[in-house]
Amino acid sequence: MQNEPSDILNEFRLGDLAAFETLFRLHQRAVYGWILRIVRNPAVAEELTVESFWRIHRAHARFQPSRGFEAWALRIATRAAFDWLRTQHPETELPAGLQAPAIADPAVTDEIRRKTAQAFQRLPPRLRIAAVLAIIEDQPQKDVAAALGVSVSAVKLRVFRALRMLRKDLQQQGITP
Amino acid sequence: MNANDELRMKKLLQQALPPVESNPEPGCDLWPSVLRRLDARAAAPPWFDWALVAGLIAFAAFFPASIPVFLYYL
Repeated sequence: MQNEPSDILNEFRLGDLAAFETLFRLHQRAVYGWILRIVRNPAVAEELTVESFWRIHRAHARFQPSRGFEAWALRIATRAAFDWLRTQHPETELPAGLQAPAIADPAVTDEIRRKTAQAFQRLPPRLRIAAVLAIIEDQPQKDVAAALGVSVSAVKLRVFRALRMLRKDLQQQGITP
Repeated sequence: MNANDELRMKKLLQQALPPVESNPEPGCDLWPSVLRRLDARAAAPPWFDWALVAGLIAFAAFFPASIPVFLYYL
């Protein structure tokens, strides 16, 4: 997480465009990476990064420099990603070639992986974001909680509910995880 | 769902959707796009301007005699 001088944060709060650009340059990778982890599509992540920084600029007067910029920016970015997920059809395919190669478990067939990924796409966005960040991307639960604006307990509950719904969905397809 | 089931589901999910590579970067500089977005939104009239125009049109439709008064004050 980057630390920026407090005068830049104060200038940004007052609406200074140069200070905003400085903060953008410092944090665009973190915001882009965070969004990409949620939406898993580079083109959409770029679009939502722009949208997030537009929202950040619009909300500059509400920014509290004492709370730090990045956590606040990630919270706004998470909201933008959530809004996008809500508009998506659950059967939208994930783009190939995005993920790091996984260590394949021979007991898990490609068919099971595909059906699991599809079932995951059918989860409510609220649960999906918590699960993708906490389980797949292995982000600290307190960071996930801060980005979602909820408690760590709420993140744990959402992850548990996501896994339970996923298991039920797979069982209905005849897959016993 | 017990703890073992939960662990199995987590492993299955990690197999189905591996994590994104570390430190991903956007394909291009996004700052010009942010600036364009800021300009576009700044140029768009706020919603209350549209509400005011709609209100005036509705008022003029119900009270046509008020139209010359509006025109006089424009």
